[in-house]
Amino acid sequence: MDVIALSVWDLGIAALFVCILSLLSLLLSLGLEWKILLFSCRMTIQLLFIGVVLRFLFADSSLAMVVLMAVVMLLAAGREVLARQNIRLKGVVGYVIGTGAMFISSFSISFLALLAIIGVEPWYTPQYAIPLLGMLLGNTMTGVSLALDRMTDQFHKERSIVEQRLLLGQTWQEASSDIRRDSMRTGMVPIINSMAAAGLVSLPGMMTGQILGGTPPIEAVKYQILIMFLIAAGTGFGVISAIWMAGYHLFDKRHRLCLENLIGGNSRGR
Amino acid sequence: MVQPSPSTSPRQNENNHLRVENLRFLDNGPYTFVLGKGECVGLSGKSGVGKTQLLRAITDLIPHTGQVSLSGVFSTNFSAPLWRSQVTMIPAEPLWWYSSVGDHFSTDLYSGSFKDNLAVVGFSEDVLQWQVSRLSTGEKQRLALVRGLANNPSVLLLDEPCSALDGYHTKLVESFVFDYLRQNSASVLWVSHDREQLQRLNGIELYMEKDTLTEIAGELH
Repeated sequence: MDVIALSVWDLGIAALFVCILSLLSLLLSLGLEWKILLFSCRMTIQLLFIGVVLRFLFADSSLAMVVLMAVVMLLAAGREVLARQNIRLKGVVGYVIGTGAMFISSFSISFLALLAIIGVEPWYTPQYAIPLLGMLLGNTMTGVSLALDRMTDQFHKERSIVEQRLLLGQTWQEASSDIRRDSMRTGMVPIINSMAAAGLVSLPGMMTGQILGGTPPIEAVKYQILIMFLIAAGTGFGVISAIWMAGYHLFDKRHRLCLENLIGGNSRGR
Repeated sequence: MVQPSPSTSPRQNENNHLRVENLRFLDNGPYTFVLGKGECVGLSGKSGVGKTQLLRAITDLIPHTGQVSLSGVFSTNFSAPLWRSQVTMIPAEPLWWYSSVGDHFSTDLYSGSFKDNLAVVGFSEDVLQWQVSRLSTGEKQRLALVRGLANNPSVLLLDEPCSALDGYHTKLVESFVFDYLRQNSASVLWVSHDREQLQRLNGIELYMEKDTLTEIAGELH
């Protein structure tokens, strides 16, 4: 079965829906109309660009090119994690923690999956490596940014409670245990929810894409199951390590809460 | 855990229970003073001068320079959590983070002296089953004292511990703290705006300004 090629007009009709949404946002004064349009355009350009890059990459699949691509994706994800936090860690540290957590989880899991599970030759074959890493990074990014946003927000709001617990002689680990646990949960809930809904409510995007592309459903499903497992593990590891690093950074050696390491959160909206 | 080294001169040790030297924090200081064993020192000063911050600096919750030592052992030789459980600050508005009162106390504390302490500040044992949302500000203050003493601290830093209490409960709290001092040879730094109370505490009173602490002799001495 061949894929039906989409024309520019087909995409234009879909874009019309977004324009209507933008209009609605204006009427309901949600203040999102420009954001909707801007990010729609940005998304289109990003995806068109990546289409071109992938075509180029698939033609010349050298390790260096794949690694370069992976690093660019990671850095972009790190920036996105930072941008999604209302209150964030000051300076380079905030960027390094988010990016580091995603690097640890997404890269190691992608690498192991390519090498040990899929076993494609060579392991960095871009048709496999890039989409796999992309899906892992995308989901880990969501998890990590949700968890970090929750954590910094909680520390900001519950500063006095944390300090009260420190005053009673608790270590920083004890004094922040509830907040850290809560943040880790927040980061992991989306992937658990999407596992719960997979197949029953939603047909995951990757599987849908493969089926539209003509892959037999059972093969597509097997890949989807693999991806779900990898994403769940990757998100979980990423969230846990990000929260650990951020917690470590928010207290000093004398177990003092250092909220001066946070920035933002003074404005009412985003 | 760091054991305080036994001093050769017990008299000197008594005098130097908590020693604060050249303590500076934020824009404040340097402050130097000594709390003797069993001693109760009142601390007063205009509001906003930094009394609470002084207590927070002594208990090592905020960055500071200068030295604080307990029976000759510097605070930096203690782990911070151990230091805070030995030199314990009880804030004016103590906070409770679980929904039931009892969850804030470890269960191995449910012993004789703990129940006695609850009784002394005017609670029966079933207060532990109460919801925190039910507590009044004054009840929170009195319970916070019992909670703070559960670690058996050598020094108490009390930040207006009676600010939300009526006369009757103020007396209860005062005698509770004094009994604790006597039985444990502990010492206390007591922040209060109430001149009468500071005189009842019949100890030394320190008046705090941005850069100095002045000793005021109590009128009863």
